[in-house]
Amino acid sequence: MAGLSLDLIALQLFAGLALGAIYVLFAIGLSLIFGMLTVVNFAHGAFYMVGAYAGLYILMLGGNFWICLLAVPLAVGLFGMLVERFLIRRLYGRGIDYPLLLTFGLSYVMVELVRLAFGKTGYPFDTPDLLQGAVNIGVGYFPLYRLFVIGATAAVLLGLWLFLEKTSFGLIIRAGARDPQIVRVLGVDISNVWLIVFGIGTAIAGFAGLLAAPLQGVIPEMGSTILAEAFVVTVVGGMGSIGGAVLAGLLVGIVVSMSSLFAPEMAKVSIFALMAIVLIVRPQGFFGRAGLMS
Amino acid sequence: MLQVANLNAWYGASHVLQDVSIEVAKGEIVCLIGRNGAGKTTTLKSIMGLMDRTRGSVIFKGKELLNLPAHLRFALGLAYVPEERRIVQGLSVRENLRLGLVASPEKRHELQLIEDTAKIFPRLAERLDQEAVTMSGGEQQMLAIARAVIAKPDLIMLDEPSEGIMPVLVDEMFELFLAMKAQGTTVLLVEQNVELALEIADRAYVMDQGAVVHQSSARELLADDEVKERYCSV
Ligand SMILES: Nc1ncnc2c1ncn2[C@@H]1O[C@H](COP(=O)(O)OP(=O)(O)O)[C@@H](O)[C@H]1O
Ligand SMILES: [Mg+2]
Repeated sequence: MAGLSLDLIALQLFAGLALGAIYVLFAIGLSLIFGMLTVVNFAHGAFYMVGAYAGLYILMLGGNFWICLLAVPLAVGLFGMLVERFLIRRLYGRGIDYPLLLTFGLSYVMVELVRLAFGKTGYPFDTPDLLQGAVNIGVGYFPLYRLFVIGATAAVLLGLWLFLEKTSFGLIIRAGARDPQIVRVLGVDISNVWLIVFGIGTAIAGFAGLLAAPLQGVIPEMGSTILAEAFVVTVVGGMGSIGGAVLAGLLVGIVVSMSSLFAPEMAKVSIFALMAIVLIVRPQGFFGRAGLMS
Repeated sequence: MLQVANLNAWYGASHVLQDVSIEVAKGEIVCLIGRNGAGKTTTLKSIMGLMDRTRGSVIFKGKELLNLPAHLRFALGLAYVPEERRIVQGLSVRENLRLGLVASPEKRHELQLIEDTAKIFPRLAERLDQEAVTMSGGEQQMLAIARAVIAKPDLIMLDEPSEGIMPVLVDEMFELFLAMKAQGTTVLLVEQNVELALEIADRAYVMDQGAVVHQSSARELLADDEVKERYCSV
């Protein structure tokens, strides 16, 4: 603990923000889908993983990271829409457990298919040339790529916020999440809205997977780790709340990052301790509506 | 404008509407009354396309609706204000009004229409940017009606709009229905407030146990204490 300076703590805080940014992206998709469709998407981690592998595949074909940034969310979102249209849609109105089991099973299928296509071992994922190195952020040198992850996440959040708050379709989503029947009698084909929301949620998951790839490489199981952590984020933030997902995602990132500085052996456990505390003090999470699941 | 013939509806296995037949002509205010549980709400839901299982015929402006989803019935000019207001939490008054236009070709004139609507509903005009659920029950009901009429439907169905609302506002609301009628909107009104409803209505249907048991002009029914006593007293 000797060389523990304020600067080091500040740097670690930033590292926590970058890690948290990935959680945020993952969890807002999960929240958006749950809030609108009441589907707990257990395949969300698999879509995240597919995003990373799709990026890897584009690089293998000779594409670059900037193409990935556009193509990966598009491809994963389209894939998500196919899954909603042909699998999940059949289960609406049958309770929360049917789509949960379906997506749970689907995630295994997706992981297995990726193992067949790319092998069981992982791959490194190069940081794009332009984003290599570190920059001085005042408290010390911080990896440029992590700064980019924070910036990209902020951009996605801003875009999503503008979309939800300023467009008619966003208005439909906000209203439809609270009262789908009213939206239907005002002339909206709600099944189309669900389709697009599932597409947006999975596209953001794929984007998160791509952003995470240069930080940790890609392996077929990368989605199940983050799913467990995102579960904590959603519980802390409140199920179905986007604002909650953002706040809790950053908090969880910072907790992981800080505990790995002060007590590395506690890093994995710390977030579950955080979850336990939140559950005791405020069972519905920061922004959750009480009794949502009942 | 609307011809409902031999309409049957079910909740799961329970058969709640039996051969309901109702007609509403263009420009009329038709009132549907009856005790709690008589099947009035279910009738409106069936006409709007919100029941899982229905049989019979619902013809609106010459088109059979029975197999159309709710959003396409709206597109044909049918509007529905469900019971209990159902104002969306988290949205402002203006956003609720915009919601009434999202699926309408009239959306192009959104600003103009919101302005027009604010003239008809002055209580809303003062509160456009307020969160809608913070308004009084009566104001929320006004908003629910405004949201349904802003896209200029041909027929509007209202389910107990005066329920739990201050008498002053009820009067204001019923005058509004007359004004809507004067502008050519047809109204199908479900009401517990029988006397008031019959005063503004042209014709009335009385329902009991899932069937229509009486129909007459509103004026006749207003004078018919026996029928009112038998089917409408609680
Ligand atoms: N969601 C539902 N599930 C099962 N039965 C219902 C449901 N809603 C209403 N019912 C039954 O259908 C009948 C008609 O109800 P409703 O149309 O709501 O009557 P009203 O609006 O005239 O009070 C009643 O017997 C009621 O108990
Ligand atoms: Mg009713």
